[in-house]
Amino acid sequence: MIAPGSDSAGIGWSGHTVVLPIVLPIAAAGVMFLLDERRRMLKGGLSLATVLALLGIALVLVASVGDGPAIYRLGNWAAPYGIVLVADRLSAMMLALNAILGLCALVFSFARWGRAGPRFHGLFLLLLMGVNGAFLTGDLFNLFVFFEVMLAASYGLVLHGSGTTRIRAGLGYIAVNLVASLFFLVGVSLIYGTMGTLNMADLARRLAAPSAGELALFETGCAILGIAFLIKCGAWPLGFWLPTTYAAATAPAAAILAILSKVGIYVVLRLSLLLFGEGLSAGFGFAVIFVMGLATILYGTVGILGSRDLTRAAGYAVMISSGTVLAALGTGSAGALAGAVYYLFGSTLAAGALFLLAEILQRGRDPTEVAEPVFADEYRDPFDDAGAIEVGTVLTSSAATVGMALLLCALMLAGIPPLAGFVGKLAIFAGLTRDTATATDWVLVAILTLSSFGTLLPLVRMGIRSLWVSHEGAPPVLARSELVALGGLLAACLALSVWGGPALAYADATVHWLKQPQDYVRAVLGGQGGAAS
Amino acid sequence: MELVLSLGIGAFAAAGVWLILRPRTFQVVLGLSLLSYAINLFIFAMGRLTVGSPPVLGAGIDTVSVDDPVPQALVLTAVVISFALTALFLVVLLAARGVTGSDHVDGHEPSSAEPRPGHPQP
Repeated sequence: MIAPGSDSAGIGWSGHTVVLPIVLPIAAAGVMFLLDERRRMLKGGLSLATVLALLGIALVLVASVGDGPAIYRLGNWAAPYGIVLVADRLSAMMLALNAILGLCALVFSFARWGRAGPRFHGLFLLLLMGVNGAFLTGDLFNLFVFFEVMLAASYGLVLHGSGTTRIRAGLGYIAVNLVASLFFLVGVSLIYGTMGTLNMADLARRLAAPSAGELALFETGCAILGIAFLIKCGAWPLGFWLPTTYAAATAPAAAILAILSKVGIYVVLRLSLLLFGEGLSAGFGFAVIFVMGLATILYGTVGILGSRDLTRAAGYAVMISSGTVLAALGTGSAGALAGAVYYLFGSTLAAGALFLLAEILQRGRDPTEVAEPVFADEYRDPFDDAGAIEVGTVLTSSAATVGMALLLCALMLAGIPPLAGFVGKLAIFAGLTRDTATATDWVLVAILTLSSFGTLLPLVRMGIRSLWVSHEGAPPVLARSELVALGGLLAACLALSVWGGPALAYADATVHWLKQPQDYVRAVLGGQGGAAS
Repeated sequence: MELVLSLGIGAFAAAGVWLILRPRTFQVVLGLSLLSYAINLFIFAMGRLTVGSPPVLGAGIDTVSVDDPVPQALVLTAVVISFALTALFLVVLLAARGVTGSDHVDGHEPSSAEPRPGHPQP
């Protein structure tokens, strides 16, 4: 795969860490498609090893980006003409988030859902690869390619398990995202047509110079590009597809899809701070992002109050979390954005956990169980041995465990003390009101507080209804791997709360770095000449 | 040449948008294909229109009248991706037609008993 010996740059093994989050999963996915569906242990083991390696690499990157971003030039071509991967604080953090969520969703799928249809593991790894690539890439067209890889895999995962509900939701999901991809292409080509480059750092450099021509057309291109990403975020009024699709998907697929909306957020964050933080079109689009963020929070809150099952509620929780980050970005306050970055990490983990929990609670009462196979190569009933694996791993105290987990999820998502959701929201409030709080800042504070109550109420109500009210059927049954997956996500949430100080400091440093686009430009385009000798 | 190309892109895009908003899945697929044609031509046009100029620099080539090869490379990628995803969408369309017995985008005919939007019947 990688031959550092033949690399003329001589950057050694450690220099290749940046490309591994892309190379590893795609290589493993390639092997996966060659293996027979029946070799489950091998496939599961290979997936698990890959995702564990991804987590390790992400943690190494998080630890190492403190003293400057890692730049990886593919084929050792210099930046504006060659393709670069850039791992800075934000990318490394998002890689870690993707790896944690991916690991837990994968472990969860071992119990049951991984067998609900063919080629789960391959699609899952390709999705991880696409997401990682989108976080790492340093130019817009590769971003498009990684987006498409990620989306193509997500189409497969949404349809995983088959059934009328999923196919119907998948049809809408695919149509919306294909249109979004076309917006993406229009935006990218307009930007290329006006600026003559697609490298993000080069774009920022050309914008900082005073002679950028056709600025209006460039901004139009960026706005069209923004539509594509805001559709992915689920921002109002572009996100109506999100709750329906996520509710229809199987639990592990929905949990990993929670990161997909954050890819949109990541790109909006990256591009607006890099291109519009300063320079010719400074401040472009921030007001729109702020209003859309507020509207998304409100829409999500109304939606979660009105949802009757936990999977839909989790979908709306994803929207609220997206809206919070967008609104905080729109205010332009660095302190609020640091809080939002911290909040983003915790709320994504909690939303993923909520998707897993919802499946456990609705098991047996769920109309979206696996249905008849549609295509002939789904050659066997996936759950014909489902009973066999559940026996012996059933936990007696599962009702209490599930209840505790639901409580933690609700506290995280609603932002109630003492968990990370509260710390994040408090950091946003502190950032907004620290120096000069305007009326719009107070509006955001009010709406965020309102959305906290709006989230807590339906989650508690659903918890009471599904756990305390006596039911005809058996209590929720938890397989061991499901417990491990759920526990992993919640442990990550708890760790984020316990080590809130270092995590917030990291978020602060991330925003500080993002607010200085000239450092990014210098790191990517110049000052790294040593490797080219 | 510019006028013909822009009229062509406009016609493709208008037909595509109209078809995407139609209620039948096959019309949506055709609309997506037409829209992607429009977009591909648009990307191509972003490299500026030239006639007979080479896209690759070499000895003895006048650097003033060189065509930009990057948008052409971008179009190639976009064509492949949109082709593949249209094929995938067709498969999902067939599956939806198979399980719901209807080629309406909602999976049921509008005249039948209407479930509340967002809460599909099992």
